[in-house]
Amino acid sequence: MADLNDLYQEVILDHNRRPRNFHAIAGATYSAEGFNPLCGDRLTVYVQVDGDRITDVAFEGSGCAISKASASLMTEAVKGKTLAEARALFERFHQMVTAAPEQEPEDLGKLCALAGVREFPIRVKCASLAWHTLKAACAREANTSTE
Amino acid sequence: MTTVARTGLDVEKVRADFPILSRSVRGRPLVYLDNAATTQKPVTVVEALARYYTDFNANVHRGVHELSELATDAYERARGRVRSFFNAADTREIVFTRNATEGINLVAYAFARPRLKPGDEVLISAMEHHSNIVPWQLACTATGARLVVAPISDEGEIDLAAFDRLIGPRTRLVAVTHMSNALGTITPARDIVRLAHEKGVPVLLDGSQAAYHMRVDVRELDADFYVATGHKLYGPTGIGVLYGRASLLEAMDPFLGGGDMIASVTFERSTWNELPYKFEAGTPHIAGAIGLHAALDYVDSIGFERIEEHERALLEYGTALLDGIPGVRIIGRARHKGSILSFVVEGVHPHDIGTIVDREGVAIRTGHHCAQPVMERFGVPATARASLAMYNTTQDLDALGHALERVRAVFA
Repeated sequence: MADLNDLYQEVILDHNRRPRNFHAIAGATYSAEGFNPLCGDRLTVYVQVDGDRITDVAFEGSGCAISKASASLMTEAVKGKTLAEARALFERFHQMVTAAPEQEPEDLGKLCALAGVREFPIRVKCASLAWHTLKAACAREANTSTE
Repeated sequence: MTTVARTGLDVEKVRADFPILSRSVRGRPLVYLDNAATTQKPVTVVEALARYYTDFNANVHRGVHELSELATDAYERARGRVRSFFNAADTREIVFTRNATEGINLVAYAFARPRLKPGDEVLISAMEHHSNIVPWQLACTATGARLVVAPISDEGEIDLAAFDRLIGPRTRLVAVTHMSNALGTITPARDIVRLAHEKGVPVLLDGSQAAYHMRVDVRELDADFYVATGHKLYGPTGIGVLYGRASLLEAMDPFLGGGDMIASVTFERSTWNELPYKFEAGTPHIAGAIGLHAALDYVDSIGFERIEEHERALLEYGTALLDGIPGVRIIGRARHKGSILSFVVEGVHPHDIGTIVDREGVAIRTGHHCAQPVMERFGVPATARASLAMYNTTQDLDALGHALERVRAVFA
């Protein structure tokens, strides 16, 4: 059986306690609000883009430890990447959190801290909320939802 | 066990009637504390459902054959049982619905909408479930009427004087819960009805939570409409009850059109069947009604006096237990309260609480409980909620307390 420590790894607890890039960006190129109606998680993702490259990304909002830590880790992971690279990374991240538990997770650096989510299917929505919101922001959608 | 000695409800005997309670989850004995979402079913309910399908499955009010007679008889006896359970005067006042939500919508569409004019008001309270908010919002939007919300205190209680002031000359209907699913508050329903009736305003009471915790007497309450749902009353899902005062139901047009609700149909015009069939279009949930009958028999065989006493003891025990855990704060401290414990843990989101206690085999609900305005009122995004039923024990609460220590350890 999945151990709780697989889900609540130290990296996640740390990013939950002290989320990185946890603020609004005034005049951001893109922003979108994400909402998980099931548990009430709500966050806004701000993206600053220069040409095709993400020069700054931040988020605000409230949510569970998984959604908050995932948002925090995401901002660190996509800063400096092109929009296409960020989209590709989301694909790989999504595969990682929805893969069969026995499958060896792909090496996605610090994002691997969230690999334990796949043992907790109901929490996949929490882990992917920020990513869906980032995608929606870059597609200039007003808000998104993981429902 | 202390609970048995103190209350006279033999909780071990009750638990033996519920097969699911002996299963394990996550490799641990199931501790089921999500009764406000749905209660478990005694074996007699499951058997009643099976008996209908294996012995006399047929449609009702249609055939002349024997099976149809048996099914019709069982279905109508279930209605009679619901009537006596809620002490309604007449079976014509008992309409089977899918759930409480459908009952409220029926009243919103068939009673409120045709009567609401621009500037009229529907009065609800600040602790309603979404199902007692949204149908009225839809009705108000469609008619130009206004939804008025009576405030609640920090303890989660309705202020009767404030409520009374909000029943004005334009109030056409009052719709309030009899017991809050998010806070556990038992509302002063009888007083609310009296105040509304003094001003000639009819009242709908949402009994989704109240009906399985206490004896509900619609005549004593003097309610005009009362809704309840079967699956929280230890019965099947998909079956609910609307009680409506006969004079009001008679004055209403149908909600849904179809078979069984008509007296005659031509392409020019149709006439409606008598009460309550006017409001039961199409083949009803026959098995559900029969299962509900068995559930009500079961509840009465235990008796509300014993159920209430047992649950009151559990609520007291659980309140003291949660109050004793550092960082835990109970939301909803009404003086008159049913066995629901809504709480938050400092620094931990309720969703994380839910996942961690689930690993300990403890099933609770986390989230906004379909009562987002209540969450907003208390300034929290969500709560964790342990809701207790007649088969719960102090050991169940101890398991919750233990699991919450685990929560605190993970997030230490």
